[in-house]
Amino acid sequence: MNADIRPIRTQAEQAILASLGSVAGGGDRLADLRRAAARSFEENGLPHRRVEEWKYTDLRSLMREAVPVAGTAAIAEADARARLLRGVEARRIVIANGAVVPELSDLADLEEGLSLTTFAAAMAAGDEVLSRIGGIVPSRYDASLALNTALARDGVVITVAPGAAIQRPVHVAHVFASGTAAAMYARSLVVVGAGASFTFAESFEGADGLAYQANSATEFVVGDGAHLDVVRLQEEGASAFHLSTLLFDVGRESKVHAFTFGLGAAVARTTLYATLSGEDSHVGFNGATLLKGRQHADSTLFLDHQVAGCESRELFKTVLDDSARGVFQGKIVVRQAAQKTDGRMMSRALVLGDEAEMDNKPELEIFADDVQCGHGATCGAIDDELLFYLRARGIPLKEAQSLLVQAFVGEAVETVEHDGLREALVERAEAWLAGRA
Amino acid sequence: MPAVQETVDQVRSLDVDQYKYGFFTEIETEKAPKGLSEDTVRFISAKKNEPEWMLEWRLEAFRRWLTMREPDWARVSYPPIDYQDLYYYSAPKRPSELSIDDIDPEILATYEKLGIPLRERDALLGIASGGTKVAVDAVFDSVSVATTFKEELSKAGVIFMPISEAVREYPELVKKYLGSVVPVTDNYFATLNSAVFSDGSFVYVPKGVRCPMELSTYFRINERNTGQFERTLIIADAGAYVSYLEGCTAPMRDENQLHAAVVELVALDDAEIKYSTVQNWYPGDKDGKGGIFNFVTKRGDCRGDRSKISWTQVETGSAITWKYPSCILRGDNSQGEFYSIAISNGRQQVDSGTKMIHLGKNTSSRIISKGIAAGYSDNTYRGLVTAHRKATGARNFTNCDSLLIGDKCGAHTVPYIESKNSSAQFEHEATTSKISDDQLFYCRQRGLDPEEATALIVNGFVKDVLQQLPMEFAVEAQKLIAVSLEGSVG
Repeated sequence: MNADIRPIRTQAEQAILASLGSVAGGGDRLADLRRAAARSFEENGLPHRRVEEWKYTDLRSLMREAVPVAGTAAIAEADARARLLRGVEARRIVIANGAVVPELSDLADLEEGLSLTTFAAAMAAGDEVLSRIGGIVPSRYDASLALNTALARDGVVITVAPGAAIQRPVHVAHVFASGTAAAMYARSLVVVGAGASFTFAESFEGADGLAYQANSATEFVVGDGAHLDVVRLQEEGASAFHLSTLLFDVGRESKVHAFTFGLGAAVARTTLYATLSGEDSHVGFNGATLLKGRQHADSTLFLDHQVAGCESRELFKTVLDDSARGVFQGKIVVRQAAQKTDGRMMSRALVLGDEAEMDNKPELEIFADDVQCGHGATCGAIDDELLFYLRARGIPLKEAQSLLVQAFVGEAVETVEHDGLREALVERAEAWLAGRA
Repeated sequence: MPAVQETVDQVRSLDVDQYKYGFFTEIETEKAPKGLSEDTVRFISAKKNEPEWMLEWRLEAFRRWLTMREPDWARVSYPPIDYQDLYYYSAPKRPSELSIDDIDPEILATYEKLGIPLRERDALLGIASGGTKVAVDAVFDSVSVATTFKEELSKAGVIFMPISEAVREYPELVKKYLGSVVPVTDNYFATLNSAVFSDGSFVYVPKGVRCPMELSTYFRINERNTGQFERTLIIADAGAYVSYLEGCTAPMRDENQLHAAVVELVALDDAEIKYSTVQNWYPGDKDGKGGIFNFVTKRGDCRGDRSKISWTQVETGSAITWKYPSCILRGDNSQGEFYSIAISNGRQQVDSGTKMIHLGKNTSSRIISKGIAAGYSDNTYRGLVTAHRKATGARNFTNCDSLLIGDKCGAHTVPYIESKNSSAQFEHEATTSKISDDQLFYCRQRGLDPEEATALIVNGFVKDVLQQLPMEFAVEAQKLIAVSLEGSVG
């Protein structure tokens, strides 16, 4: 009776397996990666609550059914859907239903030092840069990433030449533009050369009311002394399923900042993996999540300090209204060689709704002795005294709450360096608060 | 700072890798046949003259255990345990009518050597020399060999006796509470314990009684190849207070020995239970050979309103520690506390922490955990704080700090913090660092050698927890910490 009992495959798993059947053959490395990912999904299926990394986001029960892979989007519809971050001065690339729409994308007149192509084009051309794909391998099977590896066909491939300072951000707008629920997969790669600096933004949106599934993965290879800023805004449709993975390989003396802002989707999970493989780097991962209704959002990070002298800072803020559920999991691993590591992780949740739930799991795994590492986690309602202070000055309750929520989220949003992007995010947060009242 | 001086003296007087309780007592014993089967369970039950219901309870647990899997989620690794290669019952031979003078003098000598006087006369002498009166239940391998101050306690109405006697004498109480906090089906090791537990302490403090002295159990594993499975059940009735201490040691052996205990605490309205442990099982030698596998389930149930349960533990021994003393805060306004010092050296592996389960309204809990890892050891804090939907006004504060001494050891923190209602307020902080060079420099500048300086700084690091221990235990624990860290500096 002690034998392993293999769970019965759910309907969703069966449907996904059927779509994996079409994973193309071929002899190159990418094809091998795809087949390996498909195989690992076949073996492990969707994660459930007994899988530690997915303890609070039980995909097996949350993802009831798999939807077919989306077809090509109509250009006009994709254009109409892509609203987010439009006001920001940036080079815009639109990915609709998992495929780059060249008609809506700004692929010409590239700055010196910037090369930008589509994943599909890079594959067709056998571009050398694709050898960087799959460079960071999570220590444990990750269903979301495996499905992306197996099924993604398009995305962007960006290379920033060593020493190039690209002022204008590249903004990749992911949109779902289809009349029926479908699944879309996008895979992107950003290689930042030594000493270069670059700002990369991504946004996600789609129609409310359609239970579509978006899966995106972006890999960042950051060279020595490079400076990379990543900003992500997730406002998927209210019934959507959003799975995304960000992978970072961080070189020596570089600076990497990433900010994830989550407002949409019925179920969202964002996983960040960072491998610090060069000494004296600084990594700052920050995020804010604003949830209402019955939304579920999960931010999970893995930071692997492999070498000495790196610094990492994480600050995640979650605001939960109604009966929403927020999840934060963060793991800092400090290997034996990573002496003088300085790591700080903080997760704060503000609970507005009586039925809301917050699950925090910050972890430290430390094998080096000369380190300074810490994490903190708090969760609670708005401080009554602060509310009283504002109300005593004639500010109505809702407005007082909004002010305090704004201040709470502001601390994280302020870490975004690019002015235009930061202002756009602040505007989205204000819109969310206005929607509450 | 006399205590510090004492620590330093203690460190000096010992060689590296010395476990001072590692001796073995040669006595005649009676054992159950090797291995585990229904017959073993029946044998133990028969040995204890247990009523039918108790045997049924055990058998049910045993059948359940056969269907369970050993948990593997903890950050510990050990060779598979052969459950058929163990003795589940080992007892010193003794006459059936028990009085202190009938106890094998060897056993008395053993406890004396451990610093635990079993003769009340001797214990009272302790008072003259300034100590406090402590009632002791001494458990040797599978059975309780002596319980002191029984009479004085019974005057106050406190029942303090081996659980095997309680099963016969107070079956109603045992039936009502046994397995009510840690159910038979709780986990692999608790279920095994339910099937084969041989002895342990039973405490009942009646309504409104403040237990007149500290109660204590001293566990000693002596026999080779035996597992110790004790079961402790403490009930504090409405308004009662009891403080309970637990100590453990075992001989040095090359093979690993299994210890799987279950402790259940029940606090009714306004009651308070303070449970302190100094765990110093044999940790194995410096290469990780031998040592005790300590798989313990400890849980307290704050069943009544305004009740309080406080766990304090100093964990220095065992090759493997797998232990999560928990509190179920069921009553409104109840409180749970967990203070822990876990020290690992050599090849020890510690995976310990707590669970605070907030169910009642306005419940509060506090967790202070100090982990110190040295040598090649791994030290993990694993804890859960959760507030139920209806647990409005729940409060928790958690602080876990880890200190690393040496670059071959690991310190890990795995907290789970789950809040299911808006009025719960949880705060958690954790840090990991090494002894700072500044502190060491400061101490050395004032003439302390590195070992003295380390002992001083470590004592400061764990002070918050040591303060929670009863006085005489605190001094003991302080010495123990210094000894545990022996050989880790330099």
